[in-house]
Amino acid sequence: MAQYKMHLLVCGGTGCRASQSEEVVANLNTEIKKQGLENDAQVVTTGCFGFCEKGPIVKIIPDNTFYTQVTPEDCAEIISEHVLKGRRVHRLLYEDPETQKHIEDSKHMGFYQKQIRIALRNCGFIDPENVDEYIARDGYAALGKVLTEMTPAEAVDLLKKSGLRGRGGGGFPTGLKWEIAASNKSDAKYVVCNADEGDPGAFMDRSILEGDSHSIIEAMAICGYCIGASNGLVYIRAEYPLAIKRLQIAIEQAKDYGLLGDNILGTGFSFNIELKYGAGAFVCGEETALIHSMEGLRGEPTVKPPFPAEKGYLGKPTNVNNVETLANVPAIFLKGAEWFASIGTEKSKGTKVFALAGKINNVGLIEVPMGITLREVIFEIGGGIKDGKKFKAVQTGGPSGGCLTEKHLDTPIDFDNLVAAGSMMGSGGMIVMDEDDCMVSIAKFYLEFTVEESCGKCAPCRIGNKRLHELLEKICDGKGTEDDLEHLKNLSNVIKDTSLCGLGQTSPNPVLSTLEHFYDEYLAHVRERVCTAGRCKALKLYTIIADKCTGCTACTRACPVAAITGEKRQPHVIDVDKCIRCGACYDKCKFSAIYVQ
Amino acid sequence: MNKIKSLDDLRKMKQSLENGMTIRENSNSPESLVQIRVAMATCGIAAGARTVMNTLIEKLEKEKIPAVVTQGGCMGYCYAEPTIEVKVPGKDPVVFGKVDAAVAEDIVVKYIKNGELIDGIIPVNYQSFNEQK
Repeated sequence: MAQYKMHLLVCGGTGCRASQSEEVVANLNTEIKKQGLENDAQVVTTGCFGFCEKGPIVKIIPDNTFYTQVTPEDCAEIISEHVLKGRRVHRLLYEDPETQKHIEDSKHMGFYQKQIRIALRNCGFIDPENVDEYIARDGYAALGKVLTEMTPAEAVDLLKKSGLRGRGGGGFPTGLKWEIAASNKSDAKYVVCNADEGDPGAFMDRSILEGDSHSIIEAMAICGYCIGASNGLVYIRAEYPLAIKRLQIAIEQAKDYGLLGDNILGTGFSFNIELKYGAGAFVCGEETALIHSMEGLRGEPTVKPPFPAEKGYLGKPTNVNNVETLANVPAIFLKGAEWFASIGTEKSKGTKVFALAGKINNVGLIEVPMGITLREVIFEIGGGIKDGKKFKAVQTGGPSGGCLTEKHLDTPIDFDNLVAAGSMMGSGGMIVMDEDDCMVSIAKFYLEFTVEESCGKCAPCRIGNKRLHELLEKICDGKGTEDDLEHLKNLSNVIKDTSLCGLGQTSPNPVLSTLEHFYDEYLAHVRERVCTAGRCKALKLYTIIADKCTGCTACTRACPVAAITGEKRQPHVIDVDKCIRCGACYDKCKFSAIYVQ
Repeated sequence: MNKIKSLDDLRKMKQSLENGMTIRENSNSPESLVQIRVAMATCGIAAGARTVMNTLIEKLEKEKIPAVVTQGGCMGYCYAEPTIEVKVPGKDPVVFGKVDAAVAEDIVVKYIKNGELIDGIIPVNYQSFNEQK
């Protein structure tokens, strides 16, 4: 590789590409040529830096300058000022929202200070389309080590000792899973990578595939060696075109180098990887449904046991791991089980990637050690709540998870603590809510998602969730009663207990956890018919302030149900019973005489 | 493309590729490495700072000293361009003036490697804004 004095890393993740990062790369290259700096500076398209809030990101190495929201027009200035003369372009530097100071070195950004990057170690650091950069960072060395120095049993043992647990949701010990798959005898076995990321707001798997596809290939090959499989399949949703493209490129490169295929590294071990595309159904993240979908059948789950480790793809023993789980594997084999186990809490080792979304200043992707508190994640890394509003709750685990409130802010985050608090780790989505969010509406939103995504196979999930959604709709429409709250709770518990797969067993969680933590808000909806956050349209009460009303009759004419009456030039009145809370009068009034409660 | 046929092949390949990535690896932990800032304003460039920078990078690599070489703006020592600031971990930063390729090599070998002081050091005769109480 050529020796450049400066590397310009440009984020090529889906988020930054959407805001013209490809043009930024092109312009940087043109400007470098124009200034004759081809031998000095190199532009590298990398994976996601995680700081999606302010993309596109351009990071300049070696001085760690972190430019945010770079437009194609800024490129000339970056090259002529920074690359040529060593002067930072201050207006593009990240500004700390608290101190309002420009931060020159990305190491000093609160966003990165508490992060430990294992699964994301190469994201935003290497060019994912260049296998040489991966190899230069010890890529495929873990595979080489396992193939030449360890027996499959020793390798599985090492993974068990590391304490790695599945990052896709359940948190099942990965080493144990491999051991079970290895113990089942069969003429053929399969390694499946579950890249069917479906939680609303979660995008870590996509980012890893886009930023470091080779680590997944390497981990799958290691898994194949451990369980005795020579075929790997990646089940990826067709909605991730960039991840698919990068993965395909990586597979081709690995094949060209002989790192995939027959007789890998001269050890006699053979492994191949094939892609299977999903249509983007949430339920297909469930192992059995995923396997059926790969077989060309309907993506519906079946009862476990038999577990995929006994009878999976085409009836053969199959090991299914999520993308983030796999991304940890090469690092564990290189650095050892003790190293990994030294990070995290007693029962949850290592790190977890979280996708921060919602009303938070630094929307993005972060990787933190297990055991970090919510407060650190939201207020230190996430930069606090948008517009200085008050923190209300955070939803973790997507539609299967629950809400955590202020009292959980100092709870260390790990698999078990989240379950104890009535939520779950899930795939790591974190949606932050502020005082303006209505918790009943939030629960309704998640139910809408599960109703839509339920495969319809078992009655509790198909009918039960629909009924739950109807009840929530009734409450938001101001027609709910206190009995409905009791009903919600009972129905939720029945759905949890009787559903076939993980989707139904967890779908009432958002309802149960909001009922538990925000019961007062539910009560206000059904008793006083008030939505404290002012979100539920039907619960808004429109009245006219007599002192301000000039009797212009604009509202009377705007009201579609003739609920407003009054003489000309006299204060008007809204008939609450007729009012449909459409807000038309509010929009029309020029004198701010309409009051909304 | 040549196939990688053994773990040794892979290791050799890694070693040959490593160099291209050192700059990125090193920038992850600059505090623990030798940091050199070359003043690269117009005057510095005109006086030959670019050659100095190239020499520094090549020499450091040859001597296998992990370092981070960055460009900086004008330091104000117009009479002594090109100027570079060298910060060895655990020591105060030192500014060298009138550096050319030969001096640059001396700095790497004598000052950075062996810890000897050499001619051309510009004494600190100012206080930065941050230091003033």
